[in-house]
Amino acid sequence: MSGRSVSSRQKNGFTPVKRQVLLYLFFLAPFVFDLTAGVMGNLGPDPAHYCLHDFGRYAIRFLLLSLAITPLKRFAGVDLMLWRRPLGLLAFTYAALHIFFYVVVIRHVDTHVLWRDVTTRPFLIFGLLTFLILLPLALTSTRKTIKALGRWWRPLHRLVYGAAILASIHYMIAFKTWHVQPFVYAALVCIFLSFRLIRKGRTPRRA
Amino acid sequence: AEAGQIDGRGWPAPDKPTSLNDITHYNNFYEFGTDKSDPEALSGDFVSRPWRVQVDGLVDHPKVWDIDELIRQFGQQDRLYRMRCVEAWSMVIPWNGFELGALLRAVSPKSEARYVAFTSVVRPEQMPGQRGGAFSLTWPYTEGLRLDEAMHPLTILATGVYGQTMPAQNGAPVRLVVPWKYGFKGIKSITRITLTDRQPPASWNVMAPNEYGFYANVNPAVDHPRWSQASEQIIGQGSLFYTARKPTQLFNGYAEQVSGLYKGMDLNKDF
Repeated sequence: MSGRSVSSRQKNGFTPVKRQVLLYLFFLAPFVFDLTAGVMGNLGPDPAHYCLHDFGRYAIRFLLLSLAITPLKRFAGVDLMLWRRPLGLLAFTYAALHIFFYVVVIRHVDTHVLWRDVTTRPFLIFGLLTFLILLPLALTSTRKTIKALGRWWRPLHRLVYGAAILASIHYMIAFKTWHVQPFVYAALVCIFLSFRLIRKGRTPRRA
Repeated sequence: AEAGQIDGRGWPAPDKPTSLNDITHYNNFYEFGTDKSDPEALSGDFVSRPWRVQVDGLVDHPKVWDIDELIRQFGQQDRLYRMRCVEAWSMVIPWNGFELGALLRAVSPKSEARYVAFTSVVRPEQMPGQRGGAFSLTWPYTEGLRLDEAMHPLTILATGVYGQTMPAQNGAPVRLVVPWKYGFKGIKSITRITLTDRQPPASWNVMAPNEYGFYANVNPAVDHPRWSQASEQIIGQGSLFYTARKPTQLFNGYAEQVSGLYKGMDLNKDF
């Protein structure tokens, strides 16, 4: 594809891992902005719900971006493979913040209410399942675990497709009325996932 | 009801009023947008005077009032009420207004009148939320009360808050306030009040009858299908990392005054 990565690494002296860490830290900016604005009282009368919703949206956005990397490479020839891991970890980070605000700040770790929520309310069940998928994927994203898992790493990380579908449903049914944005995101998930159904570089042969 | 101040009429009232800033910057008024900051941000074009309120239907003396005439005729009392939103948050709001019952008595309901239907304004050119397509509520927003609920002295038509003319985002120039019911019953920017003999359509109830009942009485024992109603977040008392909560009271604390209206009814079924 492009010989960009080698030459630019030599130019600015950053190893790929360092660049991944920098990208990750850079995109913690929305978190830092919200936190600062919230502490300064600039997020309106209910800063906790503002953060809850904002972090949830960022989680889905980063999940979407991470799913776009492979089709971009295969069908557009744009190789951003280096950014896939930090994007996935950002999705996990924002999902964890989203859940922290719900469980701790809003529900005060009220186990009775939380148990009812995750056993009776479909929209919260979809959300929890998404997180339960993202958690092991985040934990197995280090070089060591990738090596240790060997050929099992790839099928394990394909679970992210399920996470994207569950997250889309969670977002679509979270509101009192239908909102446009969740449906746009769900459509993008469908598009990015359907690229995976197209087989690479094979022309069907006539028998 | 909890101990606290006594309001103008002698009803038990919740204590700490929410700040005017919070009351006017955290609103559900989908005619302007679905975000709680939308009504304040997007209501700048809304014109609430001159304004006419038509009162008709099964009454002996139907009448159309100009809003200022209405305020002159029925006066303005102070009512400090807790507003409990169906989304499980609450505020304490010092309303100014008059009893709906006084207005209804002035038009003399006929004996067959059993319900009161309310209609809100449709002005897509001034209300950006009404320009949305199939994704939102349908307009006009409508609501309804049983006649005995409408005649209850706690039920008011509010024309102001904190002694100020009603801000656009809170339902200018006149809105319904029924303190023992979820906030969505409090239809805003009312243009028409019609007495009928059958249960009128109520916007949220029509859109999702399993989630929003016609009665919509505040009840900690009946959950919304997607969240618990057992407690509520007190807007304006928390911070970024701490939300103030309190247990929700049956009929929002007004059980003593209103439970008689629902004698013999199954509140789980008629929620």
